[in-house]
Amino acid sequence: MELANIEQLIEKYENAETSLQEEQVLATYFQQDNTPAHLLEYKAMFGYFNESKAERFTKTIPLKTKKSYWKWASVAAAAILLVSIYTVNTSDSISDQERKDAKLAYQETQKAFQLISQNLNKGESVAIAGLQEFQKTQNKVFKNN
Amino acid sequence: MILVPNQTKMQQTEFLNTVLPLKDKVFRLAKRLLVSIDEAEDATQELFLKLWKNKSKLKNYSSVEAFAMTMTKNYCLDQLKAKRSNNLKLVHSNYKDNNISLERDIEVKDSVSKVHELIENLPEKQKLIIQLRDVENFEFEEIGKILDLQPTAVRVALSRARKTIRQQLIKQHNYGIS
Repeated sequence: MELANIEQLIEKYENAETSLQEEQVLATYFQQDNTPAHLLEYKAMFGYFNESKAERFTKTIPLKTKKSYWKWASVAAAAILLVSIYTVNTSDSISDQERKDAKLAYQETQKAFQLISQNLNKGESVAIAGLQEFQKTQNKVFKNN
Repeated sequence: MILVPNQTKMQQTEFLNTVLPLKDKVFRLAKRLLVSIDEAEDATQELFLKLWKNKSKLKNYSSVEAFAMTMTKNYCLDQLKAKRSNNLKLVHSNYKDNNISLERDIEVKDSVSKVHELIENLPEKQKLIIQLRDVENFEFEEIGKILDLQPTAVRVALSRARKTIRQQLIKQHNYGIS
Protein backbone atom coordinates (compact mmCIF):
# COMPACT_ATOMS: atom_id res chain seq x y z
CA MET A 1 0.00 0.00 0.00
CA GLU A 2 1.42 3.34 -1.06
CA LEU A 3 1.89 6.09 1.45
CA ALA A 4 -0.35 8.44 -0.54
CA ASN A 5 -3.18 5.93 -0.28
CA ILE A 6 -2.63 5.54 3.43
CA GLU A 7 -2.69 9.29 3.90
CA GLN A 8 -5.95 9.44 2.00
CA LEU A 9 -7.45 6.70 4.12
CA ILE A 10 -6.22 8.44 7.26
CA GLU A 11 -8.07 11.58 6.29
CA LYS A 12 -11.23 9.58 5.75
CA TYR A 13 -10.60 7.81 9.02
CA GLU A 14 -10.41 11.10 10.94
CA ASN A 15 -13.76 12.12 9.49
CA ALA A 16 -15.25 8.71 10.37
CA GLU A 17 -15.92 7.97 6.71
CA THR A 18 -13.90 4.78 6.33
CA SER A 19 -15.57 1.40 6.00
CA LEU A 20 -14.62 -1.49 8.26
CA GLN A 21 -12.51 -2.98 5.45
CA GLU A 22 -10.59 0.27 4.97
CA GLU A 23 -9.97 0.43 8.69
CA GLN A 24 -8.65 -3.10 8.50
CA VAL A 25 -6.22 -1.95 5.78
CA LEU A 26 -4.99 0.80 8.08
CA ALA A 27 -4.68 -1.60 11.01
CA THR A 28 -2.45 -3.99 9.06
CA TYR A 29 -0.40 -1.09 7.67
CA PHE A 30 0.40 0.21 11.13
CA GLN A 31 1.51 -3.20 12.29
CA GLN A 32 4.57 -2.78 10.10
CA ASP A 33 7.70 -1.20 11.46
CA ASN A 34 8.65 1.65 9.13
CA THR A 35 5.99 4.19 9.93
CA PRO A 36 6.71 7.78 8.82
CA ALA A 37 7.07 10.22 11.72
CA HIS A 38 3.94 12.21 10.93
CA LEU A 39 1.80 9.07 11.25
CA LEU A 40 3.23 7.77 14.51
CA GLU A 41 0.18 8.76 16.52
CA TYR A 42 -1.94 6.49 14.38
CA LYS A 43 0.48 3.66 14.94
CA ALA A 44 -0.06 4.15 18.67
CA MET A 45 -3.83 4.28 18.27
CA PHE A 46 -4.12 1.18 16.10
CA GLY A 47 -1.60 -0.57 18.30
CA TYR A 48 -3.78 0.13 21.31
CA PHE A 49 -6.97 -1.01 19.56
CA ASN A 50 -5.26 -4.23 18.58
CA GLU A 51 -4.13 -4.80 22.15
CA SER A 52 -7.63 -4.14 23.46
CA LYS A 53 -9.15 -6.68 21.11
CA ALA A 54 -6.99 -9.39 22.63
CA GLU A 55 -8.35 -8.81 26.13
CA ARG A 56 -10.32 -11.77 27.48
CA PHE A 57 -12.74 -12.41 30.28
CA THR A 58 -10.97 -15.03 32.38
CA LYS A 59 -13.41 -15.60 35.21
CA THR A 60 -16.08 -18.27 35.08
CA ILE A 61 -19.71 -17.46 34.59
CA PRO A 62 -21.88 -19.35 37.09
CA LEU A 63 -24.93 -20.38 35.11
CA LYS A 64 -27.58 -22.33 36.95
CA THR A 65 -28.30 -25.37 34.82
CA LYS A 66 -29.67 -26.98 37.99
CA LYS A 67 -32.73 -24.83 37.59
CA SER A 68 -34.29 -27.50 35.35
CA TYR A 69 -34.31 -29.90 38.30
CA TRP A 70 -36.69 -27.56 40.06
CA LYS A 71 -38.94 -27.66 37.06
CA TRP A 72 -38.93 -31.46 37.27
CA ALA A 73 -39.68 -31.26 40.98
CA SER A 74 -42.75 -29.14 40.26
CA VAL A 75 -43.86 -31.64 37.62
CA ALA A 76 -43.49 -34.45 40.14
CA ALA A 77 -45.38 -32.47 42.77
CA ALA A 78 -48.21 -31.83 40.32
CA ALA A 79 -48.35 -35.54 39.46
CA ILE A 80 -48.51 -36.52 43.13
CA LEU A 81 -51.29 -34.01 43.68
CA LEU A 82 -53.27 -35.35 40.74
CA VAL A 83 -52.87 -38.95 41.87
CA SER A 84 -53.93 -38.14 45.42
CA ILE A 85 -57.01 -36.25 44.22
CA TYR A 86 -57.87 -39.15 41.95
CA THR A 87 -57.59 -41.74 44.72
CA VAL A 88 -59.65 -39.63 47.11
CA ASN A 89 -62.36 -39.34 44.47
CA THR A 90 -62.41 -43.07 43.70
CA SER A 91 -62.50 -44.01 47.39
CA ASP A 92 -65.55 -41.75 47.65
CA SER A 93 -67.36 -43.76 44.94
CA ILE A 94 -66.58 -47.03 46.73
CA SER A 95 -68.33 -45.78 49.86
CA ASP A 96 -71.52 -45.35 47.81
CA GLN A 97 -72.22 -49.04 48.29
CA GLU A 98 -71.19 -48.76 51.91
CA ARG A 99 -73.53 -45.87 52.40
CA LYS A 100 -76.46 -47.96 51.15
CA ASP A 101 -75.48 -50.74 53.52
CA ALA A 102 -75.16 -48.28 56.36
CA LYS A 103 -78.61 -46.84 55.64
CA LEU A 104 -80.11 -50.30 55.64
CA ALA A 105 -78.38 -51.11 58.89
CA TYR A 106 -79.61 -47.86 60.39
CA GLN A 107 -83.19 -48.57 59.37
CA GLU A 108 -82.99 -52.06 60.79
CA THR A 109 -81.62 -50.79 64.07
CA GLN A 110 -84.33 -48.17 64.26
CA LYS A 111 -86.95 -50.89 63.78
CA ALA A 112 -85.37 -52.90 66.53
CA PHE A 113 -85.31 -49.91 68.88
CA GLN A 114 -88.96 -49.17 68.12
CA LEU A 115 -89.87 -52.73 69.00
CA ILE A 116 -88.04 -52.47 72.28
CA SER A 117 -89.61 -49.14 73.15
CA GLN A 118 -93.14 -50.46 72.39
CA ASN A 119 -92.61 -53.31 74.79
CA LEU A 120 -91.10 -50.96 77.30
CA ASN A 121 -94.23 -48.75 77.10
CA LYS A 122 -96.38 -51.79 77.79
CA GLY A 123 -94.28 -52.58 80.80
CA GLU A 124 -94.52 -48.99 81.98
CA SER A 125 -98.35 -49.00 82.12
CA VAL A 126 -98.25 -52.27 84.08
CA ALA A 127 -95.70 -50.74 86.43
CA ILE A 128 -97.76 -47.61 86.95
CA ALA A 129 -100.83 -49.77 87.78
CA GLY A 130 -98.67 -51.57 90.29
CA LEU A 131 -97.53 -48.29 91.75
CA GLN A 132 -101.11 -47.09 92.16
CA GLU A 133 -101.89 -50.28 94.04
CA PHE A 134 -98.92 -49.63 96.25
CA GLN A 135 -100.10 -46.07 96.90
CA LYS A 136 -103.53 -47.31 97.98
CA THR A 137 -102.13 -49.73 100.49
CA GLN A 138 -99.71 -47.08 101.70
CA ASN A 139 -102.57 -44.65 102.34
CA LYS A 140 -104.40 -47.27 104.26
CA VAL A 141 -101.39 -47.90 106.43
CA PHE A 142 -100.80 -44.19 107.20
CA LYS A 143 -104.51 -43.68 108.05
CA ASN A 144 -104.40 -46.53 110.52
CA ASN A 145 -101.52 -44.91 112.29
CA MET B 1 -44.85 -32.69 28.71
CA ILE B 2 -41.75 -34.35 27.30
CA LEU B 3 -41.28 -31.42 24.94
CA VAL B 4 -40.62 -28.93 27.70
CA PRO B 5 -37.23 -30.17 28.89
CA ASN B 6 -36.10 -30.69 25.29
CA GLN B 7 -36.87 -27.11 24.50
CA THR B 8 -34.99 -25.76 27.49
CA LYS B 9 -32.09 -28.00 26.65
CA MET B 10 -32.06 -26.59 23.14
CA GLN B 11 -32.14 -23.08 24.56
CA GLN B 12 -29.25 -23.96 26.81
CA THR B 13 -27.03 -25.27 24.04
CA GLU B 14 -28.03 -22.36 21.84
CA PHE B 15 -27.09 -20.01 24.66
CA LEU B 16 -23.73 -21.67 25.10
CA ASN B 17 -23.04 -21.47 21.37
CA THR B 18 -24.27 -17.98 20.55
CA VAL B 19 -24.42 -15.88 23.70
CA LEU B 20 -21.55 -17.12 25.83
CA PRO B 21 -18.89 -16.27 23.21
CA LEU B 22 -19.95 -12.62 23.65
CA LYS B 23 -18.49 -12.61 27.14
CA ASP B 24 -15.23 -11.00 26.05
CA LYS B 25 -17.00 -8.19 24.23
CA VAL B 26 -19.30 -7.61 27.17
CA PHE B 27 -16.32 -7.57 29.51
CA ARG B 28 -14.32 -5.15 27.36
CA LEU B 29 -17.22 -2.72 27.05
CA ALA B 30 -17.90 -2.93 30.79
CA LYS B 31 -14.25 -2.30 31.51
CA ARG B 32 -14.19 0.67 29.17
CA LEU B 33 -17.02 2.28 31.11
CA LEU B 34 -16.36 1.11 34.66
CA VAL B 35 -12.54 1.33 34.37
CA SER B 36 -11.83 -1.12 37.18
CA ILE B 37 -11.24 -4.74 36.16
CA ASP B 38 -12.99 -6.10 39.27
CA GLU B 39 -16.12 -4.12 38.62
CA ALA B 40 -16.09 -5.08 34.95
CA GLU B 41 -15.84 -8.75 35.90
CA ASP B 42 -18.71 -8.46 38.37
CA ALA B 43 -20.78 -6.64 35.77
CA THR B 44 -20.08 -9.35 33.18
CA GLN B 45 -21.19 -12.10 35.56
CA GLU B 46 -24.27 -10.15 36.50
CA LEU B 47 -25.15 -9.46 32.86
CA PHE B 48 -24.77 -13.10 31.87
CA LEU B 49 -27.06 -14.20 34.66
CA LYS B 50 -29.62 -11.75 33.29
CA LEU B 51 -29.13 -13.02 29.75
CA TRP B 52 -29.37 -16.61 31.00
CA LYS B 53 -32.66 -15.92 32.74
CA ASN B 54 -34.04 -14.35 29.57
CA LYS B 55 -32.64 -16.92 27.19
CA SER B 56 -36.09 -17.96 25.97
CA LYS B 57 -36.73 -14.39 24.77
CA LEU B 58 -33.38 -13.90 23.06
CA LYS B 59 -34.51 -15.22 19.70
CA ASN B 60 -36.96 -12.33 19.48
CA TYR B 61 -34.04 -9.97 18.93
CA SER B 62 -32.62 -9.61 15.45
CA SER B 63 -29.08 -9.36 16.76
CA VAL B 64 -28.30 -10.97 20.08
CA GLU B 65 -24.88 -9.33 19.94
CA ALA B 66 -26.32 -5.84 19.65
CA PHE B 67 -28.83 -6.67 22.38
CA ALA B 68 -26.07 -7.82 24.72
CA MET B 69 -24.10 -4.64 24.01
CA THR B 70 -27.16 -2.49 24.73
CA MET B 71 -27.74 -4.31 28.01
CA THR B 72 -24.10 -3.87 28.97
CA LYS B 73 -24.16 -0.18 28.18
CA ASN B 74 -27.35 0.41 30.18
CA TYR B 75 -26.16 -1.64 33.12
CA CYS B 76 -22.79 0.09 33.33
CA LEU B 77 -24.22 3.58 32.96
CA ASP B 78 -26.65 2.77 35.79
CA GLN B 79 -23.76 1.57 37.91
CA LEU B 80 -21.87 4.79 37.24
CA LYS B 81 -24.90 6.89 38.05
CA ALA B 82 -25.40 5.08 41.35
CA LYS B 83 -21.76 5.55 42.17
CA ARG B 84 -21.84 9.25 41.43
CA SER B 85 -24.91 9.78 43.56
CA ASN B 86 -23.10 8.02 46.37
CA ASN B 87 -20.34 10.59 45.96
CA LEU B 88 -17.78 7.89 45.47
CA LYS B 89 -15.06 9.09 43.19
CA LEU B 90 -13.31 6.79 40.81
CA VAL B 91 -9.65 6.60 41.64
CA HIS B 92 -7.42 5.99 38.71
CA SER B 93 -4.19 4.42 39.75
CA ASN B 94 -2.71 4.11 36.31
CA TYR B 95 -1.13 7.53 36.04
CA LYS B 96 2.42 7.32 34.88
CA ASP B 97 5.29 9.70 34.73
CA ASN B 98 6.19 10.86 31.29
CA ASN B 99 9.61 9.32 31.10
CA ILE B 100 11.17 10.64 27.99
CA SER B 101 12.70 7.72 26.26
CA LEU B 102 15.23 8.20 23.52
CA GLU B 103 14.40 5.11 21.63
CA ARG B 104 11.59 5.52 19.21
CA ASP B 105 9.82 2.15 19.55
CA ILE B 106 9.75 2.52 23.31
CA GLU B 107 8.18 5.88 22.77
CA VAL B 108 5.52 4.32 20.57
CA LYS B 109 4.87 1.66 23.18
CA ASP B 110 4.51 4.36 25.77
CA SER B 111 2.01 6.23 23.64
CA VAL B 112 0.05 3.03 23.16
CA SER B 113 -0.73 3.00 26.85
CA LYS B 114 -1.26 6.75 26.63
CA VAL B 115 -4.12 6.09 24.24
CA HIS B 116 -5.89 4.17 27.00
CA GLU B 117 -5.71 7.16 29.29
CA LEU B 118 -6.89 9.54 26.59
CA ILE B 119 -9.93 7.40 25.83
CA GLU B 120 -10.69 7.28 29.54
CA ASN B 121 -10.95 11.06 29.55
CA LEU B 122 -13.38 11.20 26.64
CA PRO B 123 -17.09 11.82 27.22
CA GLU B 124 -19.06 8.61 27.79
CA LYS B 125 -20.74 8.62 24.38
CA GLN B 126 -17.44 8.97 22.52
CA LYS B 127 -15.87 6.33 24.76
CA LEU B 128 -18.64 3.89 23.85
CA ILE B 129 -18.40 4.66 20.15
CA ILE B 130 -14.61 4.29 20.02
CA GLN B 131 -14.93 0.96 21.83
CA LEU B 132 -17.69 -0.36 19.58
CA ARG B 133 -16.10 0.80 16.33
CA ASP B 134 -12.34 0.68 16.68
CA VAL B 135 -12.08 -2.26 19.08
CA GLU B 136 -15.19 -4.34 18.34
CA ASN B 137 -15.62 -3.30 14.67
CA PHE B 138 -19.37 -2.79 14.62
CA GLU B 139 -21.09 -1.14 11.65
CA PHE B 140 -22.41 2.39 12.16
CA GLU B 141 -25.98 1.16 11.87
CA GLU B 142 -25.44 -1.35 14.68
CA ILE B 143 -23.77 1.24 16.91
CA GLY B 144 -26.70 3.54 16.25
CA LYS B 145 -29.10 0.82 17.38
CA ILE B 146 -27.10 0.02 20.51
CA LEU B 147 -26.77 3.65 21.56
CA ASP B 148 -30.12 4.81 20.24
CA LEU B 149 -28.51 7.34 17.89
CA GLN B 150 -28.70 8.16 14.19
CA PRO B 151 -25.76 6.69 12.23
CA THR B 152 -24.70 10.21 11.23
CA ALA B 153 -24.60 11.25 14.89
CA VAL B 154 -22.38 8.21 15.52
CA ARG B 155 -20.01 9.34 12.76
CA VAL B 156 -19.81 12.88 14.09
CA ALA B 157 -19.01 11.74 17.62
CA LEU B 158 -16.51 9.14 16.38
CA SER B 159 -14.70 11.69 14.22
CA ARG B 160 -14.48 14.04 17.18
CA ALA B 161 -13.10 11.28 19.41
CA ARG B 162 -10.48 10.16 16.90
CA LYS B 163 -9.30 13.73 16.32
CA THR B 164 -9.11 14.42 20.05
CA ILE B 165 -7.00 11.34 20.70
CA ARG B 166 -4.61 12.21 17.90
CA GLN B 167 -4.24 15.84 18.88
CA GLN B 168 -3.58 14.91 22.50
CA LEU B 169 -0.93 12.45 21.38
CA ILE B 170 0.77 15.11 19.24
CA LYS B 171 0.70 17.50 22.17
CA GLN B 172 2.35 14.98 24.47
CA HIS B 173 4.86 14.06 21.81
CA ASN B 174 5.87 17.69 21.41
CA TYR B 175 6.23 18.12 25.16
CA GLY B 176 8.54 15.14 25.12
CA ILE B 177 10.77 16.75 22.51
CA SER B 178 11.02 20.23 23.96
